[in-house]
Amino acid sequence: MQLDYFQLIDRIVELNLEDKTIIVEAQVPQTHTIFEGHFPGFPIMPGVLLTEAMAQSSGWLLLGITKFERMPFLAMVKEAKMRGFVSPGQLLTIEVKVEHEGSGFAVTSAKARVGTDLKCSANLTFRQIPFPDPSLRVHMDAMANKIGFPLQAITP
Amino acid sequence: MSSTFDQIATIIAETCDIPRDTITPESHAIDDLGIDSLDFLDIAFAIDKAFGIKMPLEKWTQEVNDGKATTEQYFVLKNLAARIDELVAAKNAGA
Repeated sequence: MQLDYFQLIDRIVELNLEDKTIIVEAQVPQTHTIFEGHFPGFPIMPGVLLTEAMAQSSGWLLLGITKFERMPFLAMVKEAKMRGFVSPGQLLTIEVKVEHEGSGFAVTSAKARVGTDLKCSANLTFRQIPFPDPSLRVHMDAMANKIGFPLQAITP
Repeated sequence: MSSTFDQIATIIAETCDIPRDTITPESHAIDDLGIDSLDFLDIAFAIDKAFGIKMPLEKWTQEVNDGKATTEQYFVLKNLAARIDELVAAKNAGA
């Protein structure tokens, strides 16, 4: 997890395009300036970042489904529930399932756990549009390589 | 069983918090009801799920942008209901 670059996902564990599911891992850093303010003496991951982690996990799944033809942009967050504290150094395992693929949009449900403890969940809606800039596509390709996106899964 | 219009009017009322009795078959979703594109995503999701279809929103939008169709053809609710009935019929014919 590179919080300064808003790159919250470290590794894709499993991508299943048939079932339209993904499992990813995100290692919360042991130290970061965020924890100095959130909160002094009781450092925890902010809920907005947990929500973003679920959104990024969903994004990788949607990129796989569209074979990197369309970039998903977060449009709606529903039923976001922070069910437990996530502390520095903990490993998040995030599971996402596509609930619906519409015309130009998709809806996912996401859950993040530490071990077996469910820490947060949300239903997320994304607009899916052609990459607005070629450099973004290049960046996403590089990120996919970095986090172990199984490119063979989207190769005919 | 309620009509397609009744179903989509109920969806719109619940999704956008618009009084149900202000929604008529002649209502234009955008011009009269003030539904924005984000709310329409929510409505499209609910309609897709309720009718088991995938409304081709991108195709419709493209047709409007290209001047090949008017927004009234897709976003006046009686017309939207007719489009949905067509999509359901096409789906059932292909099933």
